[in-house]
Amino acid sequence: MSNALSIARRELHSYFASPIAYIMVGLFALLFGWMFYSFLSFFSEQSLRMSQFGMGGPQALNVNEMLIRPLLLQAGIIILIFIPTLTMRSFAEEKRSGTIELLLTSPLTDWEIVIGKFLGAFGLYATMLGLSALNLIWLFAYGDPEPIPIATGYLGLLLLGAGFIAIGLFLSNLTRNQIVAGLLTYAVLLMLLLVAWVGEGAGPIGRAVVSALSMFSHFEDFSKGVIDTTHLVYYLSVIAFGLFLTARSVDADRWRG
Amino acid sequence: MPRPARGSGGPFRESDTVIEVQQLTKRYGPFTAVDGVSFNVGKGQILGFLGPNGAGKTTTMRIRTGYMPPTEGRATVAGFDLQEQPVEAKRRIGYLPETPPLYPDMTVREYLRFVARIKGVPAREQADRVSQVMTRTHVADMANRHCGKLSKGYKQRVGLAQALIHNPDVLVLDEPTAGLDPKQIIETRDLIRSLGGDHTIVLSTHILPEVAQTCQRVVIINKGRVVAEDSPENLTARLQGAASVYIEVDAQGADATPVLSAIPGVTAVSVSAHHGPTTGFEVQSERDIDIRRQVAAAVVGAGYGLVELRPMRMSLEEIFLQLTTSDVPAEAAPTQEVAGE
Repeated sequence: MSNALSIARRELHSYFASPIAYIMVGLFALLFGWMFYSFLSFFSEQSLRMSQFGMGGPQALNVNEMLIRPLLLQAGIIILIFIPTLTMRSFAEEKRSGTIELLLTSPLTDWEIVIGKFLGAFGLYATMLGLSALNLIWLFAYGDPEPIPIATGYLGLLLLGAGFIAIGLFLSNLTRNQIVAGLLTYAVLLMLLLVAWVGEGAGPIGRAVVSALSMFSHFEDFSKGVIDTTHLVYYLSVIAFGLFLTARSVDADRWRG
Repeated sequence: MPRPARGSGGPFRESDTVIEVQQLTKRYGPFTAVDGVSFNVGKGQILGFLGPNGAGKTTTMRIRTGYMPPTEGRATVAGFDLQEQPVEAKRRIGYLPETPPLYPDMTVREYLRFVARIKGVPAREQADRVSQVMTRTHVADMANRHCGKLSKGYKQRVGLAQALIHNPDVLVLDEPTAGLDPKQIIETRDLIRSLGGDHTIVLSTHILPEVAQTCQRVVIINKGRVVAEDSPENLTARLQGAASVYIEVDAQGADATPVLSAIPGVTAVSVSAHHGPTTGFEVQSERDIDIRRQVAAAVVGAGYGLVELRPMRMSLEEIFLQLTTSDVPAEAAPTQEVAGE
């Protein structure tokens, strides 16, 4: 485990030594803040209007339903754009520069390398999300939102992102070109998003299959404040499967040489 | 470092053999990159691993460091099989690949700390080890410079520092002097020589003088096969079938060949060059006979001018060419004898 942490530390070091980490964290904070602001102004306009028409007090509209849930759902889509940038260099760059030879000839197991890389990317992703949560403090300062759906929503986002990262790591190990790795990851993740939309018109059985597979449909319940073990198991399986594929492909590369 | 437990299977003599390579074969589809390579390296020895580009040097190196598995055969380090106990075996290997595996965004010190961690150097010894290897490889003055901003020579030396960080039993160096300036090359060779004794070193190179200067034993491979294995001196002696002398004679128009052929011990005389009035001859004699004095006396005695006389020795380069050029069947005979051992 300490070996995996050493790798994770190095990954984080290299994120923060380059502009990548700052751009990612900064851009995500900006986008999230902007989304938050637009949802908030829409929400306050609506509640003002409601109170003007005498339909209950200013709290008649649910802050969780009207603001936080759609915000987190959108954040789920935004991270789809961020994760490939995070994972694309992970293995591809090591292969290009030859440093993979150092890792593979060190007394490490393939799993330690893969988990280390995963934890590194996940660490930066968690930082990104953590900063975005600062926006929500305003809601607690001026309103009374329920904390549980926010917490489960963030848990959902963490799991969704972790699943994306596991997929991205695998794809990053398929090539020594990080641009190719990044584009591949975009394509695969977009497909996982689109599959949910396509499934809408696929009839009852098709819809059930598609929504069982789609990364996003499993995310919705989290944002409602529900932790369903089905969804939890789904995400953990995606993460485990992605990391398994990555470890297998690291091993396969040895044979190919 | 605790004494390693014996590896599973295979006789391993703890006292002398540190690296054991048996019948190593690596195939990529129909292409055989390494074909049944076997050799042992004793403790503290420096082994030169020679071969033309594409001979399978790097592939053999990579198998021996556990980077890739062989198709057939096995490699052990200090008794640990690289396939069966890779982590234990790798703990005992320091490896400098052809391109030093540096992370450009880390400083030299940060990088070496990282390598120390993943090579399993205990946490409290890491800082000391890093300082030690930086001093030893002369990179201490660059400790806080980013690896990406180093000159080629420094990169190479940081690569060497990285290979030494966990004080491994075995050092595998793939062309450690590539890209260095002459002064750095001499320093690096001295460093490698000084590391022999404590460490067992396998040095891959295609620079022949390097082998002659640093190695006690040479393995020459060509097209994936071992074609010769011996000490540099023995290789030179063995392959030199006859001694020969080059002389340049000013015979004033006459032919000096009969005079030279008449010298006792001379087996062949051939004209090798004409420079105006002077003619160059290659005079071969029976092995172990020094005919230089007789040659000089004969030439002067015949009234010719002796312009130049020097012994022709087969350099390692020529041996190397002889061994690795397949269209020289006559010279290949002693080769097989060597390889068969």
